[in-house]
Amino acid sequence: MNSSNNYRDIVQETVTKKYKKRLFVNKLVTIFTVVCVIAAIVPLCSILLEVVKNGISAISFDFLTQPQGSIGSGSGGVAPAIQGTIIVVGLASLIAAPIGVLTGIYLSEFAKEGTFPYLVRFFNDVLTGLPSIVIGIVGYVLIVLTLGSFSVLAGALSLSIIMMPIVVRVTEETLKIVPHSLREAGYSLGLSKAKVTLRIVVPAAKNGILTGIVIAISRIAGETAPLIMTILGTSLFFTGITGPVDALPLRIWRLASQPYESAHAFGWGSALVLILMILALSLGLRYLVLKRSPYKGIA
Amino acid sequence: MVRNKRHDKLFTGLVFGTAAYTLLMVGLVAFSVTKGSLDIFTEEGIQFITGSDWNAVEGRESFGAYPYIIGTLLSSAIALAIGVPISLAIAVFISEIAPPRIGTPLSFITELLAAVPSIIYGLWALFVFRFWVRDLIEKPLYDAFHGYLPFFAKTPFGLDIFTAGIVLAIMIIPIISSICREVMRVVPDSQREAAYSLGATRWETVRMAVFPYVKSGLVGASMLGLGRAIGETILVTMIIGNVVGPSAIPTSFFSQGQTLSSLVANEFNEASSELHLSALIALGAILFILTMGINIVARLLVKKKMKVSSGAKAQ
Repeated sequence: MNSSNNYRDIVQETVTKKYKKRLFVNKLVTIFTVVCVIAAIVPLCSILLEVVKNGISAISFDFLTQPQGSIGSGSGGVAPAIQGTIIVVGLASLIAAPIGVLTGIYLSEFAKEGTFPYLVRFFNDVLTGLPSIVIGIVGYVLIVLTLGSFSVLAGALSLSIIMMPIVVRVTEETLKIVPHSLREAGYSLGLSKAKVTLRIVVPAAKNGILTGIVIAISRIAGETAPLIMTILGTSLFFTGITGPVDALPLRIWRLASQPYESAHAFGWGSALVLILMILALSLGLRYLVLKRSPYKGIA
Repeated sequence: MVRNKRHDKLFTGLVFGTAAYTLLMVGLVAFSVTKGSLDIFTEEGIQFITGSDWNAVEGRESFGAYPYIIGTLLSSAIALAIGVPISLAIAVFISEIAPPRIGTPLSFITELLAAVPSIIYGLWALFVFRFWVRDLIEKPLYDAFHGYLPFFAKTPFGLDIFTAGIVLAIMIIPIISSICREVMRVVPDSQREAAYSLGATRWETVRMAVFPYVKSGLVGASMLGLGRAIGETILVTMIIGNVVGPSAIPTSFFSQGQTLSSLVANEFNEASSELHLSALIALGAILFILTMGINIVARLLVKKKMKVSSGAKAQ
């Protein structure tokens, strides 16, 4: 009697001990994950804080409308860079958005299986993973060397190659969510496949596709590396699509490597302008376009 | 009806054409990179990969990519060593631990982090973060270990491979953690419930029921992060110290270094000769092959996992 009780106590004790240890490890891991989450958020807060704090004092009317003054003087502004970013990114989007959306339509509506769509999908993904500086080489070798000059065109081509696969991906994913019954309704009315796709499926997925395009535009607006090899960067305004032009990310990089305080302040200012432009784009999309869509909630 | 058919044909042709354009772009990248680097490879041959001289002076030109390959691999390895555990932890927290009320805004915040352009990471790293790294991490490590461990033996300065690795880690964390989250979402709940019903704690469930189920997907996610770290240019250029030639072979974590991409960014606009340009493009070619390989393997791993799991879900 006594010894069996003793035995039970011992078992009980080891079990509780082990259980306590397991609970302890569980708690430890939970705490670790929370610490990691905080560790990831701190840089984001710090970046936003510094950009706003240092950037806001640099921004003025001249900063937004004037070309750069003499180096180190802290006069003038970054207007050519703002203009250049809008032109190069705009042109790249005009190339990449339609092609990307159509390719997405092809993958989702026309060829779900088979070797060719598989290859397209696969290499599209591979394209997403290529370093942007490698894609800059395309613009350099194909266009800069042919034209003999750094040019807007070369920059736009390179940025469009970065943008396209993102648009393809998002379009395909979004179109897949559109319920099949919508397509069947179209076919039952005797509509052609082209009509069903363009008039029914794509409008239903409009919100998702537009959001994808905006994400892709924000991504290329911040690219620097391919621009070094394609548009070069100047301190002058736009002169034509076969000439060099400036861009905000490129300007930030050049400003940051100058040894002057005033240049650094300009760099922060440009960073703030870049962030605000990207923010304005996605907020603009949200409030101007998405609200009015009749198909809200489908995709 | 006939008109409809013609429309259909036209439209099918159009979308097929654009799809072919995507493939054409991959071809163009491969073509440009090969064409641009042909000169240097015929001049130097395999020496270009194994050599460590970098001399652009006319008449004495000699180019070798070895130090930058090492620099690229080392900075990316540091980024992965720091980034992968943190990303996994974040993914576990968001998808397994936190209630949706907290998890959803958190995943939004990490996405936001992924949307910050790398040039802005670079600016912040150069003027703010490198001082944190130098004073809070590197100095203590140096003080504690510089006598015994050679890889901490160099007075830290803040502009070095170690800092570059940490900032790269910060940059790839949102990417890795969001893919990990996606992969972990395909684990069927029955898997978790089975573990819980055996009395497993939450961590044991994650470790024994969730992780093994999606192991290859998690590896794939990390490799996609690796691909990003290897190719990242402007951020690294701003903080790695930018040395050239044999001294760019790192002797410690706190050495100033250079990566393949940062050297291209630094010298592209100052390239003095055809051969120099070709050498820079050839660095891009090495990057192209490296990231292409990593990406292909990673995509296959992630895709396989997604396919297997969607099959399991359908059952």
